[in-house]
Amino acid sequence: MKKQNRTRSLLGTVTYVAGIVLALVGSLTWLFKETGSLPFAVGLVAVAIGLFLNHSYKTKVLSLRGIRYFFLSVGALIMVFPFYWMLVSAFKTSAEMNLFPPSMLPKNWRNFNNFVVAFQTAPFARYFLNSVATCLSSVGITTFTTVLAAFAFSRLKFPGRDVLFSLLLSMMMVPFEMLVITNYTTIVKVGLNDTIWALILPFTSSIFYTYILRNFFVSIPEGLYWSARVDGCTNWRYLWKIMVPIARPSLVTIVLLNAMASWNSFMWPLLVIKKDINRTLPFGLYTFTTEVGANNELLMAASLVVVMPMIILFLFARKQIVSGVSRGGIKG
Amino acid sequence: MRVEMKNLSKHFGRVKAVNDFSVILNDGELVCLLGPSGCGKSTVLNMLSGILPVTGGKIYFDDEDVTDLPPEQRGIGLVFQNYALYPHMTVLGNICFPLEIQGLPKAERIQRATEMAELVHMEGMLHRKPKELSGGQQQRVAIARALVKRPNLLLLDEPLSNLDARLRLEMREEIRRIQLQTKVTTIFVTHDQEEAMSISDHIVLMKDGFLQQHDDPQALYNEPANQFVADFLGNPPINNIKGAIHSGFFVAQNGDKVRLPETDGAPEGVKVHLAIRAESFMMADEGDESCLHCTVENVYQLGKEEMALLNFGDTQVRAYLSFDYGLKAGDEVTLQVRDRGVFLFDLETGRRYA
Ligand SMILES: Nc1ncnc2c1ncn2[C@@H]1O[C@H](COP(=O)(O)OP(=O)(O)OP(=O)(O)O)[C@@H](O)[C@H]1O
Ligand SMILES: [Mg+2]
Repeated sequence: MKKQNRTRSLLGTVTYVAGIVLALVGSLTWLFKETGSLPFAVGLVAVAIGLFLNHSYKTKVLSLRGIRYFFLSVGALIMVFPFYWMLVSAFKTSAEMNLFPPSMLPKNWRNFNNFVVAFQTAPFARYFLNSVATCLSSVGITTFTTVLAAFAFSRLKFPGRDVLFSLLLSMMMVPFEMLVITNYTTIVKVGLNDTIWALILPFTSSIFYTYILRNFFVSIPEGLYWSARVDGCTNWRYLWKIMVPIARPSLVTIVLLNAMASWNSFMWPLLVIKKDINRTLPFGLYTFTTEVGANNELLMAASLVVVMPMIILFLFARKQIVSGVSRGGIKG
Repeated sequence: MRVEMKNLSKHFGRVKAVNDFSVILNDGELVCLLGPSGCGKSTVLNMLSGILPVTGGKIYFDDEDVTDLPPEQRGIGLVFQNYALYPHMTVLGNICFPLEIQGLPKAERIQRATEMAELVHMEGMLHRKPKELSGGQQQRVAIARALVKRPNLLLLDEPLSNLDARLRLEMREEIRRIQLQTKVTTIFVTHDQEEAMSISDHIVLMKDGFLQQHDDPQALYNEPANQFVADFLGNPPINNIKGAIHSGFFVAQNGDKVRLPETDGAPEGVKVHLAIRAESFMMADEGDESCLHCTVENVYQLGKEEMALLNFGDTQVRAYLSFDYGLKAGDEVTLQVRDRGVFLFDLETGRRYA
């Protein structure tokens, strides 16, 4: 009796594991080729049979986890696939691009020709420089003004503070597209259109980030402020020595979000920039698209150059972002 | 440092948090600011530290008028209820911070901070972050940080109320030890009468923003200035019996009389509370006309003596009585009051007659 039970559960486990493997392989081939639906279906049935044969608690937990991971993996694959495709295409020759069915990997990973051609066709180095310059200065200035404003709205007491703050908040309701019009006329009147300043100056403060940071600052106990003040600490020093270090996770998140928005901004440069040498990467990529037409491998190489810095930034600050998002305040 | 508050008042719009508050603290004293929640203790403290501007009155440190001095020029150490340690700095960093602001060289900073950490018994944890410390340890660090710049006045706003009962007991003795060792004039805010009674040289008792009494702990207990002080101090709470004054006797509503040693100032016929401490009862002598007739409701054993919960008319009375009487629920007893621990207060104003 006992022995029979054990063989049965062993058989169940084996069927179950085999079923999962089969289903995964099946679904993967199904994604890329037209066949594969059969192994997928057989795999699912095998999983079900395995579960039926071995219904111990451990298998149940394992199988639940397995199902969860299965769906998560499929989701992750779908999300990553465009990036993967961009990466491999950037290293393919145009002949490889036209293969059918498409090849999953380039023949030669050291084929940098696409990058060379892209950089020769359009001044990508210049675009890159423009992007870096606008991104760094607008993010830098925005962060600075955000910190100062958040401090003023959270700790300083001045008449009309709360009215002013609600006024600012209500400005967040105004859509960006409407601000574009007034910003554009202002920039033109000041005579800064078609310069890199037109890309920086309108983006040197942010109500949204101020709001986020202010809320964080408010959550820092007031006792800290008064302890420091009684010890002779000035507001300025308190802000940079105490508040900013405490708010670092929030600040990093703000900087990253801001950097991405700035790096990816497209509509505004399109409006104010005419000269080729003043373009930023997304804008440059856009014009490049129309110039090279159907040469997708060149496009992919250029796109890779555009997104790479953000990906690297993200990889470095991944932990900070996650903790910044999941941790709203600090304990009192 | 001697601290004088003269007719201090603070109004928040229509809320009068502190009114006409005058107190003098002597150099090197530990004074407890005691009172129920919302009576204005923190407000007084914040005016002393300069966090809140005063509405009226003056503050003197020694003979210097500091009323309008900004916080950083008052030479004060401050400890809050939630300790307010800088969460991103280590214990050492926290204790060093006041000295860093003063611009002291690093070696001296660290040396003085380490000394301070030794004083509060935290020398083994200099490199921990606040969140790696227990409540009592955080408290010690906060005290060390407040003391490291050698303030003339140490202000503690309910420093123990976040701690559990045992740690509170330990920490209040610890605070007293540190205070005696450094001889710094200290104001300690609390709403716990026992805490105040046990560690302070003097107690300042407040209610609704008004000073009630400023005296040493024993005097506060033995000679309360008014009904509020008598009610606030003591555990079990003082027993109040309603009645009136007739020809040198207190006459309760049921006709029972209590002879009073002195009734000076209490006019004939005035309605009063006879306030009697639980330990001021004794069994009445046979045939004494000055006695209170009570029924025993319950008896509690409290180690060396018994506490009886009695009914006098519809008033509940708590009294410490000896084991010898063998009291049990339902017994009828006649009680008498001793000379000490018995007070007479005006029923309406709470003013003390005797
Ligand atoms: N900023 C303020 N604005 C308006 N009213 C205030 C303000 N601060 C304190 N009060 C009021 O002043 C009174 C005294 O407050 P305070 O904080 O001094 O009380 P407390 O004795 O410290 O009480 P607790 O023991 O609860 O800390 C309270 O009635 C409170 O509501
Ligand atoms: Mg308070």
